[in-house]
Amino acid sequence: METTKVNAAYLCNYEVMQILQQLKDSTQKKHKREGSLATVTYETVHYLQDTDCKKQNPASIKKFLDGLKNFKLTKTEKLMMVNTPPRTELEIQLIAQESEERLSEEDVRKIIELANECLPANES
Amino acid sequence: MFVLAEMKDVIRITPEHFHQSLTESITTLLNRKLANKVVLNVGLCIALYDIIDIGNSYIFPGDGSSHTEVKFRFIVFRPVVEEILIGKIKNCSREGVHVTLGFFDDIVIPVNALQHPSRFDETDQAWVWEYPKEDGEKHDLFMDSGESIRFRVTSETFEESLPTGPPGTECTIQTVAPYRIVGGINEPGLGLLTWWEAPEQDDGDENEEENGE
Repeated sequence: METTKVNAAYLCNYEVMQILQQLKDSTQKKHKREGSLATVTYETVHYLQDTDCKKQNPASIKKFLDGLKNFKLTKTEKLMMVNTPPRTELEIQLIAQESEERLSEEDVRKIIELANECLPANES
Repeated sequence: MFVLAEMKDVIRITPEHFHQSLTESITTLLNRKLANKVVLNVGLCIALYDIIDIGNSYIFPGDGSSHTEVKFRFIVFRPVVEEILIGKIKNCSREGVHVTLGFFDDIVIPVNALQHPSRFDETDQAWVWEYPKEDGEKHDLFMDSGESIRFRVTSETFEESLPTGPPGTECTIQTVAPYRIVGGINEPGLGLLTWWEAPEQDDGDENEEENGE
């Protein structure tokens, strides 16, 4: 076996959850469960269900990313914001490196608003 | 936190699976081979994403199985260094705090990457952040197991593991975690989610946010 590309593409948590859930449903129908695959899909879906990606959908993620285009953020920073939508200034400071220099207070406030609007939190 | 890895492999399909379609057998075999396993310098494999290319199948003398070269993409858990993740505390020990994501356990936050100052509570077997209060006293913040924790991935190590012996044998092979993540919580905002949830109305007025429920 050989790995040709370690990192061909990034996936957000929502995409992974969709794929795994489909997989879970299709294998259940056929009544044949592969041990390790069943374990890892169950555990991963279980983890992802507790995150904010449970309520996301492709349209809301697209809207959020379109909104983020106005700010100069890197790809991984945007990915992290989709996976864990920032709710406070502190969370933005953690995600974006040197955010104080790159983002104004106004920008930070707008990103939080955008996150709350497009990607609402999992019901508490 | 998840990536796609492109791989290439030759899949051997034994004759009893010839009644299935080729794609179906390949999917089953690849998932059986890789799901929930760590590939060196790639990450923890989760599930097959898609098959890019299926080459010609060959049958070799003396073996009734078909050998097919396949190119495919696999979903792999491989957080980027510097990424912020949320997990749950598995347990605490003298070496630090062990964190689990449910499907991945080998995450450790070493002592020097905890919030400062922290001490280890022997009776509760938990790390405690001694948060200094303004009046000089300390407020103890316990890190109990099961709590949700936000941490930053600071480094990762891959370890080549030895193959396990045949089942039933008594040889004890030291089990090393093939993929370990080292995290850190020594920054404001990191640590238990409950530490930072409280409204910060009392320190400064620049934190005024509309509390949109």
